Amino acid sequence: MTTAVYHIIAMVLVVGFLGGIRLMRSPRTAAQGNLLGAACMLGAVVLTLVKHGVVGTGLLWAAMATGAAIGTVIALRVTMVQMPQLVALLNGFGGAASAIVAVVVLNGDAGDLNLFNRLSGGLALVVGTVTLSGSLVAAGKLAGRLRQRPVALRAHGWVTGLAAAATAGLAVAVAFMAGDARPAISIAALVAASLYGVVMTIRIGGADMPITISLLNSWSGVAAAIAGFAIGSPLLVATGGIVGAAGLILTQTMCRAMNRSLMEVLSGRTTVASGSGAATEPSSVDPQAASRVPGSEPPAKEGGEHAQRERADLGTVLRAAKTVVIVPGYGMALAQAQQQVKQLMDTLEAGGAEVNFAIHPVAGRMPGHMNVLLAEVDVPYDTLWELDAANAALAATDLAIVIGANDVVNPAAMTAEGTPIYGMPVLRVADAGKVIICNMDTAPGYAGVPNPLYENAGVTVLLGDAKETVPQLTSLLSD
Amino acid sequence: MSELFLVILFVVATLAGYKIIGQVPSLLHTPLMSGMNALSGITVLGALVATAFAVATGSALLGAAAIVLATINVAGGFLVTHRMLRMFRSTTPLDRQQDNQ
Repeated sequence: MTTAVYHIIAMVLVVGFLGGIRLMRSPRTAAQGNLLGAACMLGAVVLTLVKHGVVGTGLLWAAMATGAAIGTVIALRVTMVQMPQLVALLNGFGGAASAIVAVVVLNGDAGDLNLFNRLSGGLALVVGTVTLSGSLVAAGKLAGRLRQRPVALRAHGWVTGLAAAATAGLAVAVAFMAGDARPAISIAALVAASLYGVVMTIRIGGADMPITISLLNSWSGVAAAIAGFAIGSPLLVATGGIVGAAGLILTQTMCRAMNRSLMEVLSGRTTVASGSGAATEPSSVDPQAASRVPGSEPPAKEGGEHAQRERADLGTVLRAAKTVVIVPGYGMALAQAQQQVKQLMDTLEAGGAEVNFAIHPVAGRMPGHMNVLLAEVDVPYDTLWELDAANAALAATDLAIVIGANDVVNPAAMTAEGTPIYGMPVLRVADAGKVIICNMDTAPGYAGVPNPLYENAGVTVLLGDAKETVPQLTSLLSD
Repeated sequence: MSELFLVILFVVATLAGYKIIGQVPSLLHTPLMSGMNALSGITVLGALVATAFAVATGSALLGAAAIVLATINVAGGFLVTHRMLRMFRSTTPLDRQQDNQ
């Protein structure tokens, strides 16, 4: 194969990748786009094997078969709730693969590396390694294996700075060292970059994870692109660049949705307290606050006329509502209440109401997480409204039902200057005629800012596990 | 391969990607991210070449490990994206028919 033919096919494949992403503009064509991307990837593998005349090398096929088998098993087993940690883990694998390629190229037998190749190799090594160690910490936090709270070491800023400086210095040193000193420097760079990835991500709290994994997604692409510079591969350079751009866009979207700068998130300066209204750990409840029905107890055991009257009122509110907007948050995912929410939607619709969902961009633990969870239980995607559309419609809505969401509906974000969430765009559920909140507790959300919504007139709070409180609403409708 | 060509290619691909990816609705941001995950497995190409031409056994084994990791990324990423995208259904019956075809 001539170089010209190789380049032409490579460019066609890159255009194919971009075309696949273009098809993801609509949910109807997105699956085709993904298949196009997969086909181009297969084409790229075959092209590379043919170009280098190594189609017959058994080790390559054995390694690819192993990876494909493991990847298939993981992809089929993962649940939609676990998607953030899977994506974080896969980011890490991609970074690791790029780092290993750099190590092999730098320390291998290719004696004809020029300075450009060697510098790229050093960079790919450290960016790939930071992506790996950072992703492992992020995946651990998302999966609940590590504590979700930000962990601050003594003089964390200094440690991070030193690790970053050492990482950068060693990446450059690898490129300038003579061949026989490179293995030792490579190992030192690996260690420094691993440390940097860890100290950077342990500082970041659970609710900031949408930003973190978007950033790591970007870096896994950048690592591949730089590895492409090291080995002179146009396919790696172009595709890595595309992935880097995607991660950058998602990072920007998430930062905007939280009204934070990336630096604030990375320095861990954003969060005060842990746990959210949606979190699983129960916390103290202010007995004076608002009217509320103890949700987790079965209705039969319900004592007191007051509670019964409220329950009857709630039934009236639910039956009277003609337009309903449901606001899901990470609490719904934690409680695994998606199916119950869909049943509530079906029951409301059977009663003649129009039901839509208001999806805040940072609800959940990764960009678009709520949409996937609701699509899984067959909620039609055209009822899933974005922030602006939802806010425009909420004033004309009879009833808003908040399920496991707190910070994203906290009106304090509009008024409480100086708090972490001030200026963050929120869903204005108080604009709706009535509000029902199904949260675990009334503790301040992840950002640590108390939510004045609980005290509002027209707001009913149902405390407890959403998997139990949501069916109670459904049963009130069928009474 | 000239370095300048690669740098230009990187810039052009990143800008084109930025433009096109910006049009993906937030509805599909999770599958977008897992799809991009699969694409970052493109580094498997580098791993294949590095492994095929490795002289030392250690290099070959390291390279094979990189192939395995990158292929997990590619296969897992595309498959999980496909699983998610198949779930997105519209309310209108016409769309459902089209989707089922």
